[in-house]
Amino acid sequence: MSAASPVIERGTPASRISAIAVVVIIALLAVAPHFLSAGAVDRMTALFIYVILAAMWNALAGFGGLVSVGQQVFFGLGAYFAIRLADAGLNPFASLFVSAIIVGAISWPMSLFMLRLRNGEFAIGMWVIAALTHLLVNLDRLVQGETGTSLISLNVYDVGVRRATIYWLALAAMTALLAMLFGLLRGSTGAAIRAIRDNEEAAASVGVRVTGTKRLLFVLAAFGIGMAGALWLATSITFQPKTYFSVQWTAYMIFMVLVGGIGTFEGAILGALLFFLIETWFGGTGVWYLIGLGATAVLFSLFLPRGLWGTLEERFGLRLLPVGYRVRLPADAVDGDTAPSTQQSTAQREKA
Amino acid sequence: MSNQIVQGILLGGYYALIACGLSFMFSVMRIINLAHGSLAVFSAYSLWWLASQFHISPFVGLLIVLPLMAAIGWALQRFLLERSARGGALLPILTTFGLAIVIDNLLFEQFGADTRSLAPYIGSLSYDSWEWPGSIYVGKLAVIMFAAAVILLGGLQLFLTRTRLGRSIRATSEDPDTAGLVGVDARRANALAAAIAMVTVGIAGAFLGMRATFDPYAGTPQLLFAFEAAVIGGAGSLWGTLIGGIVLALAQTFGAQIHPQGFLIGGHVAFLIVLFIRLSTSGLGLRGLLRLPVRKPA
Repeated sequence: MSAASPVIERGTPASRISAIAVVVIIALLAVAPHFLSAGAVDRMTALFIYVILAAMWNALAGFGGLVSVGQQVFFGLGAYFAIRLADAGLNPFASLFVSAIIVGAISWPMSLFMLRLRNGEFAIGMWVIAALTHLLVNLDRLVQGETGTSLISLNVYDVGVRRATIYWLALAAMTALLAMLFGLLRGSTGAAIRAIRDNEEAAASVGVRVTGTKRLLFVLAAFGIGMAGALWLATSITFQPKTYFSVQWTAYMIFMVLVGGIGTFEGAILGALLFFLIETWFGGTGVWYLIGLGATAVLFSLFLPRGLWGTLEERFGLRLLPVGYRVRLPADAVDGDTAPSTQQSTAQREKA
Repeated sequence: MSNQIVQGILLGGYYALIACGLSFMFSVMRIINLAHGSLAVFSAYSLWWLASQFHISPFVGLLIVLPLMAAIGWALQRFLLERSARGGALLPILTTFGLAIVIDNLLFEQFGADTRSLAPYIGSLSYDSWEWPGSIYVGKLAVIMFAAAVILLGGLQLFLTRTRLGRSIRATSEDPDTAGLVGVDARRANALAAAIAMVTVGIAGAFLGMRATFDPYAGTPQLLFAFEAAVIGGAGSLWGTLIGGIVLALAQTFGAQIHPQGFLIGGHVAFLIVLFIRLSTSGLGLRGLLRLPVRKPA
């Protein structure tokens, strides 16, 4: 490339280091159950589930521009179908995964309908769906109303084996879902997604398939959150509809994404980590903990709407897991910096 | 059966009361306030607190609570919604959702998990009834509630069409920039609209407390009822909200007839059916659905 033209790059030196770091971290996490205590393994499993929830809600709201306060519907359904499948005789671990697929499949026809609602209407319309689904699940005799039921078939496994297996399943699910989202955002769909996020009408006018792209995010989020619900069921065994269909889950997702940085890939992960730490330290304080979460969400939405990561990214030009393109002017362009990643020659839409 | 229909229609008055503030705010500021239900519950708790601590009848208590609600509405718009609305259409949803969580849990912190009711403080009104022809018994409170809804909706309609302030609010909701050109202070009009909306929420909260019990987390169902009634009523005028409330209440009544747990299911299903029909016939999406109510040709 000539020195006169601006350089369009996908990765930065920091991002190449962080790519290696990600691999190392996942490898370390994979062997961690051999060294951690039982309680710590359970907590780490919860963290993985939080990361999934944050990443999926962020995919929908941060990238698709679809704020839903009814995502607990997929969380609850993920757990419910796992119960149903296991009751029908399927292996409990397999039923977790099949359940998530069913949730994703259900979300597709739902999207035909719900995606025609806009902004607040979509947000609260999803809430109605969640409330209705909760009531309908209660009617199932197997669930016994609010009394709930348990994933009994999991009890045939030794408690240690069970804990480690769920840990690895959660880690694998988190890694796979994040990789899927990352791949999606880096590909051509990613450019469409960001174009929609920035200006839906403008995106449509240059030929972006707005509805199809949103539908993809909606179904992915439903699948991921369904997986999270099924995994949560596996860790806690008991299924009480009230707990799983609680709007609290969406409140957690919103908190994680708002604090971490809405619309940034790294932000959702950071938010989940912070939420995990806050929960570990303050979760015991009960109602004040919830008040604190709500107040923090309000303050972030008012004063730091880009969240922690969004603000850091803006200030320091930091990209650890770059999903967009960036343009550097020739003055500070570094030639000869051979990037291992493919350099796109045409910048369609840049992420500022 | 005709008895249930009458009761359903009267219950629709309550839903219209809780819905009119939500659709009013949406029509003026394009914001769906997710703390709407929680604020109604807050109003109910305020009245309960006044009644149980100082023996102030809830009807007298409204004289204190409604100005407070108006002030809350004004502050809400000035300090929260105005700021977050600048960040796009999505931020106000998140802000008001966070606010709802704060309000719900503060109420829980202050008043505990016990269910409360204003019924003990309104004397015999909570169970008195009139006998109508055909041996239909209608509660006096239900009739008062329905009448309050009609008066409130009619008053709001008159205010918006006949007064200068009302016209400035409508002008702002149509086009804030042009309204500004002709000397309408859009910030003031919005804050005023929020204050009015919160007054209606305060009244709805009072009736919520009188006709039933409430607890700190009762805000969520109220928000959903308000939203459903507003959307079902949809197009037309503020009176659409009343029809929406009645349809919702009747659907719940029929749902309860079919299955013991069918009350809420009936309402949600009716809402989705209306939504589905409207989406498939209009083809334009729901854009205009909620903001139509006050758009009445002068």
